Amino acid sequence: MTPFLKVDHVSKSFARGTATTEVLRDIDLTIARGSYVSIIGHSGCGKSTLLNLVAGLTPITTGAILLENQEVREPGPDRAVVFQNHSLLPWLSVYANVKLAVDKVFGNSKSRAERHDWTMHNLDLVQMTHAKDKLPAEISGGMKQRVGIARALAMEPKVLLLDEPFGALDALTRAHLQDSVMQIHARLGNTVIMITHDVDEAVLPSDRIVMMTNGPSATIGEILDVALPRPRKRLELSSDPTYLRARESVLKFLYERHRAPSLQAA
Amino acid sequence: MKSPDILTKESEPMTAQSAHNIILDSPGASASLVAAARSNEAQVIAFAPPRAPFAERMWAVAQSWFAVIVPPIIVLCALLLVWELASGGPKASLPPPSKIWADAKDLIVDPFFVNGPQDIGLGLRVMTSLQRVVMGFGLAAIAGILLGALVGQSVWAMRGLDPIFQVLRTVPPLAWLPISLAAFRDANPSAIFVIFITAIWPIIINTAVGIRNIPQDYRNVAAVLRLNHLEFFWRIMIPSAAPYIFTGLRIGIGLSWLAIVAAEMLTGGVGIGFFIWDAWNSSRLSDIVVALVYIGIVGFVLDRMVAGIGHLATRGTQAT
Repeated sequence: MTPFLKVDHVSKSFARGTATTEVLRDIDLTIARGSYVSIIGHSGCGKSTLLNLVAGLTPITTGAILLENQEVREPGPDRAVVFQNHSLLPWLSVYANVKLAVDKVFGNSKSRAERHDWTMHNLDLVQMTHAKDKLPAEISGGMKQRVGIARALAMEPKVLLLDEPFGALDALTRAHLQDSVMQIHARLGNTVIMITHDVDEAVLPSDRIVMMTNGPSATIGEILDVALPRPRKRLELSSDPTYLRARESVLKFLYERHRAPSLQAA
Repeated sequence: MKSPDILTKESEPMTAQSAHNIILDSPGASASLVAAARSNEAQVIAFAPPRAPFAERMWAVAQSWFAVIVPPIIVLCALLLVWELASGGPKASLPPPSKIWADAKDLIVDPFFVNGPQDIGLGLRVMTSLQRVVMGFGLAAIAGILLGALVGQSVWAMRGLDPIFQVLRTVPPLAWLPISLAAFRDANPSAIFVIFITAIWPIIINTAVGIRNIPQDYRNVAAVLRLNHLEFFWRIMIPSAAPYIFTGLRIGIGLSWLAIVAAEMLTGGVGIGFFIWDAWNSSRLSDIVVALVYIGIVGFVLDRMVAGIGHLATRGTQAT
């Protein structure tokens, strides 16, 4: 069987004038359908670049990314992105932000009424129907990120790409939203790739954790399988030995073997 | 929080109970009193927030208007007085306000009279000039936003066009007039062209800056959604660059109004610009002063209109 998503020996260099910097070297990764994969590493290790490569927003230097045996060459709604800073269009209401995506993706396949229902259904998934007529500036950061997730889900993507989606949120909102995303993943069974720099955020929802070495020329240092049953409950797991072992090995990777460059210098 | 003695004056009928609660709510209430009330489980009664009587509210509104209107009126009166004194002597070269009122009363009182083909009210003349401005400025807005979008979006268009724009925009409006008269062979389209060519530069330049400043996030969203060029233009570019575009439009309408008066002086017709030239040639200085006031007020209104539309149109576009 061919893998669902294959990142095949991908490298990425940025050229500025005559100088080229290699950001990612020889990334090789296969991701199964329906799995939840986290990519963790220190800041500056190129994990966001890797996500942009999968999204097609950044062109690949060498290697290839195959989604269901189709080469990824450009961005598209089959790889929906939830951006770090929500990226809602501030002149559109919450409803119109999601509707824009729905109209674009299902403009030919769904009727007007169906598109409205589908928009509302996705807003309901993230519990944002009550604020559908508000502008993004009128809702909280957590709510904006919910709408961002609804917009991405509404595209019915093959892969949902989350780029540090909870980075800008306070700890409580963050935990709440992580639980929501886990529930949605359990309910819809979609494939999720999430960038994070938070250990708990990586371990809690993931089937696999991809740990990146430090850049430049970052690559995959280690891949950890998290063999915990679902549904996972935050409180119960906090003392679960498997969870704690996974957490410990990620911490060891990040803070013993691959400390942040700035910390090494200190 | 209001103090209790003010509250008891309100129209709201007061029970002993509610008055008691208000006193407890006031900052002056002592801690022991509050503690005593808590131990007694004082009943809290909610009642409508006190509303000032109608006359009082009207008075407040009137006061705020008063504060806005009175200072400029005082300054205006002072200026008129100084003017009257300065040009009141027999050797003065300019007419004082009293003479202007006597000479040009018909122009001031009725802006829309029609006594003949060249003897019409200044309001009608302003309308003629405004028609030309609307045509020229409207065309400049459409062409300017499209060209600005092109220059802002494409590096090659910017490299090719921007130097040309930078040179052309320094050409004074009236310098375009002879060549446009030669091209159009008619006064009216020439005047409109002068407006167009005057107003278009700030619109192009501001639109281009606005487009260049579209956040990468919005471009990414558009890329993931695969918006086509037309959808990107309408759904992302225009709303995102709207604050910049309206800055350009506002500068453009101001320049248009500057240019039309000068252009009409040369092309003739029934516009307000030609009226001033005509009055000068027949030594009607009072009429000129009245026309200047008209031009100033109309220019002010135009500026405020574009600013107002911009304010409405860009509501909520500020990213957070």
